[in-house]
Amino acid sequence: MGTIFHLDIVSAEESIYSGPAEFIAAPALMGEVGIFPNHTPMLTRIRSGMVRIKAPLKDEEAVYVSGGMLEVQPDVVTILADTAIRGNDLDEAKALEAKRRAEEAMKNKISEIEYARAQAELIEAAAQLTAIQKLRNRGH
Amino acid sequence: MAGSREIRNKIRSVKNTQKITRAMEMVAASKMRKAQERMRKARPYGEKIRNVAAHMSRASTEYRHPFLIQRDTVKRVGIIVVTSDKGLCGGLNTNVLRKAVNQMRTWETEGEQIEVCCIGNKGLGFMSRIGANIISQITGLGDTANIEKLIGAIKIVLDGYTADRFDRVYLFYNRFVNTMKQEPAMEQLLPLSDERMRVGKQDTEQKKLWDYLYEPEAKPIIDDIMIRYVEALIYQAVTENMASEQSARMVAMKAASDNAGNLINELTLIYNKSRQAAITKELSEIVGGAAAV
Repeated sequence: MGTIFHLDIVSAEESIYSGPAEFIAAPALMGEVGIFPNHTPMLTRIRSGMVRIKAPLKDEEAVYVSGGMLEVQPDVVTILADTAIRGNDLDEAKALEAKRRAEEAMKNKISEIEYARAQAELIEAAAQLTAIQKLRNRGH
Repeated sequence: MAGSREIRNKIRSVKNTQKITRAMEMVAASKMRKAQERMRKARPYGEKIRNVAAHMSRASTEYRHPFLIQRDTVKRVGIIVVTSDKGLCGGLNTNVLRKAVNQMRTWETEGEQIEVCCIGNKGLGFMSRIGANIISQITGLGDTANIEKLIGAIKIVLDGYTADRFDRVYLFYNRFVNTMKQEPAMEQLLPLSDERMRVGKQDTEQKKLWDYLYEPEAKPIIDDIMIRYVEALIYQAVTENMASEQSARMVAMKAASDNAGNLINELTLIYNKSRQAAITKELSEIVGGAAAV
């Protein structure tokens, strides 16, 4: 085991940092944690704040992370950063909103139309597609 | 010359249509590049969280997350259908919806109940027309798939799964193969299959018992990671679907512009013929008239 570990900081929308590091300090939920190589496996939530990274042969740099998860393995450290502001109440509110919209959509639907009709529409659309395809093939 | 004026009008209208389809083609081409870029950028997160989830499933924790437990009886199925918000993208939505409907009918004949979560306007309209049971929906995502917008609708499905309302959750979307090819895909989302929980290469090593240090507690952290993992999978499907949408639209609009071009050529030919016929007729009338004098 060496004196460095591999560090990845990723968010759902992009990769923020990926490379070797000698030491990092991250704002964990219970207080800031510093991690050196060969740390015992650990999983924790992190708050929003700066993650300080000391890469070999480089000055210390700092990256802002808006909360997320920190996974520590002896030679790999991964920070999964959130892009959205999370919280149980917030998630709940969003869920309710999505449900309400769905119920609205159900109410607005024009009477009960069964599979058969939709199927017919689909078949028609598919037929149109193949027809267009054929026409196009003949054209060339 | 009444006929030729009509043809001329027709040509003008087809030319206008062609201008529009050309513009849409170009817009789709530039949006496609961005959508593909976003799709690529979303991948590292998916890979990393998959690794973490896989590590976690190997750790000897007492708590097993419900997403990982395979269920024997399947009575109720939840499906998430990802479609585009707008049309004019060829058979993209039709293909994925057809796949979903076929699958739904098979399940229904097996006596399973189906509930649907719709992402995208097209799927929502279709599903509500066929009278499917829609439990949550998101429309109007725009060009960027923001995970924040997806959370609510996904939570309904995940909560339904933890509360035993569903025994299985499937995901339907368009997989992006390349610019010219997108294929409708169906994937089992929950329970998470073993394949989804495999770590790349170091699968066999680390047989000995170990566990994480959880701070502050194991259960909420494992829950969080699992939920984020599933969200990441859905997010990736949405970004792929968006890239597929833009490339399908670009191809469809290119075909439309080409077809308009062909139509214009044909119409021009007809127009010229009819004009020549009219001139010939007039000439022969003059010649005939002169001969009569």
